Amino acid sequence: MSTALIEARQVTKILSGIVPVTLVHDINLAIMPREFIAITGPSGSGKSSLLYLLGLLDLPTSGDVLIDGQSTTDMTEQQRARVRLSRLGFVFQFHFLLPEFSITENVALPMRALGRLSPRTITARAEELLESFGLSDHRHKTPDQLSGGQRQRVAVARALANDPPIILADEPTGSLDSVATAQVFRILRDLVTLHGKTVVAVTHDLNLAAQMHRRVHVVDGRLTKDLHPA
Amino acid sequence: MNLILTIAWTHVRHRARQTLVAIAGVMTGVGFSIMMAEMMEGSQDDFIKTLVDALPHISVTDELRQPTRQPAEAIYTAAEFHGLTPEVRRPGIKNPMATIASLQTWVPGALTPSVQSKAVLRFAGRNLTTSIIGIDPRTEADVSNLAIHMRQGTLTSLYRSSNAILLGDRLANKIGARVNSNITLASAEGASMSATVVGTFHSGFRATDETTGYVLLKTAQILEKQTGIVNEIRVRTRDPMQARLISERIGEQTGYKSISWQEAQEDLLSAITLRNVLMYTIVGAILLVASFGTYNIISTITHEKTRDIAILKSLGFEDRTIKAIFIIEALLVGFVGAMLGWIFGYLLTRGLASLDFKTPFSDYNHLPVQYSAKHYLLATGVALLSSLVAGYFPARGAARLHLVDIIRGAT
Repeated sequence: MSTALIEARQVTKILSGIVPVTLVHDINLAIMPREFIAITGPSGSGKSSLLYLLGLLDLPTSGDVLIDGQSTTDMTEQQRARVRLSRLGFVFQFHFLLPEFSITENVALPMRALGRLSPRTITARAEELLESFGLSDHRHKTPDQLSGGQRQRVAVARALANDPPIILADEPTGSLDSVATAQVFRILRDLVTLHGKTVVAVTHDLNLAAQMHRRVHVVDGRLTKDLHPA
Repeated sequence: MNLILTIAWTHVRHRARQTLVAIAGVMTGVGFSIMMAEMMEGSQDDFIKTLVDALPHISVTDELRQPTRQPAEAIYTAAEFHGLTPEVRRPGIKNPMATIASLQTWVPGALTPSVQSKAVLRFAGRNLTTSIIGIDPRTEADVSNLAIHMRQGTLTSLYRSSNAILLGDRLANKIGARVNSNITLASAEGASMSATVVGTFHSGFRATDETTGYVLLKTAQILEKQTGIVNEIRVRTRDPMQARLISERIGEQTGYKSISWQEAQEDLLSAITLRNVLMYTIVGAILLVASFGTYNIISTITHEKTRDIAILKSLGFEDRTIKAIFIIEALLVGFVGAMLGWIFGYLLTRGLASLDFKTPFSDYNHLPVQYSAKHYLLATGVALLSSLVAGYFPARGAARLHLVDIIRGAT
């Protein structure tokens, strides 16, 4: 039996305040290698919150998130940042590219931050990634010179920069038209089928979710359904 | 280029106008600080130099350090005196030439004997109280700048006639005397003599130029009615800053009162210290004000870059890296501002130093300035420190941002 790449164990997230709000309640979820998972649910159900917890962008109030079987509860912020940099890739609803940098520089950022490759190799790999997404003609452009779909493809390329095994996507097609949506979805699917990545995507597009291998449904911060492929 | 530096440079480059304003602020602060420091120190050095040149570095007078002991005090352990008239002591330094010879063996510098006297100067119906200083022209040039300050005649002109006198130019103008004029001197001791003006001098000190006359030692001794009297030994040390120490040693050796130029001008030197404190406070304040500009730009950038900070953090950038980016931005502004401030400060100083002006209170016609690397380094240090502080707080705030809140806010 293989180890889960990401595992949530009784994860709860409560927002403190005058009236505390429970975003995620006692969720147990194990994500295996090469899975293509959709997290679905109505608005405000806690699906994005769950994704942020799985991606170590947020700390659970209780419970534990394990990455590669390793607990992250006692990790320092520095260690968590290192795990995000080397093991996880993020794609958000909005591209979240740095506007002053060219798209090649944007893709190169995580590699430069990790510091494992030489500057020449970093540039070559960034350009290679952009080429694989059909963006090589735009490599010197800044994000504001690209369409929404192109920007989102750059964001996926950036998420893949350090070759992480896990890609976490928060409504990756939420702000795209149908053509761009289809393109981005195809890319995410190919990442799993062709490149052996694990993709966890939050979406409220049930048609897209239906095409994914596994669907977990969240309502009021609780996992209500976990539909595995037949 | 290093990643942090690349991001920092891109941020400041893309806010060119704001960055330039902040840089201009630091540049102005550094420039004016340098100019002010160079002008203040220049005038201070010039003032001290004039002070040191105008006066003997050490003056040994015939006053005793301790009052003369009464014979009864030597005999009895306790004695009380009533209506005692102190024994009249012959004024002047005992065996002056032997004393000078003894001091010359170890004092690093030159010594000369002189006689200080007061006399009423009469000419063309005018009477003026004057300080008459008896000097030895052969050694005077070694201890004072009188030879340089001569306007008419030379020190050796004193040998030209019996009872020759050199007058301060203002004194000569006041009484209308010229070279070869015959004046009358009447001392407090009752001696009176005719003297011939053989030259004039201009020291730059109004009080000296208006009230002083130089004669030969012998002439001053006649005015004092004391043959061979020397009531002052003037010393010029090789290093003026050592005068205080040497003066103390001379006092201990001779038993006479010995005053260094620092001691004589203690009030002025205290005022200079106070002035320096004020100067550095003002310089610090200028740079502090300049740092507000830096704080403003870094605060603005961090505020505008909230989303980018979240992106970087989500990618796996550490808090300290985020902090470093914004601190580097502040330091970039500070560094470029300081470098431009060097040029600005230098040009300002050059410009001020080249201005011609006349004042009735001074002989200067240019502002004295002191070019020193110290001023540039100090202003740069303070500017960088201010920039560091100005950048630190917004940077710390940026690093503390909770990225989930920003991501949610952006979506």
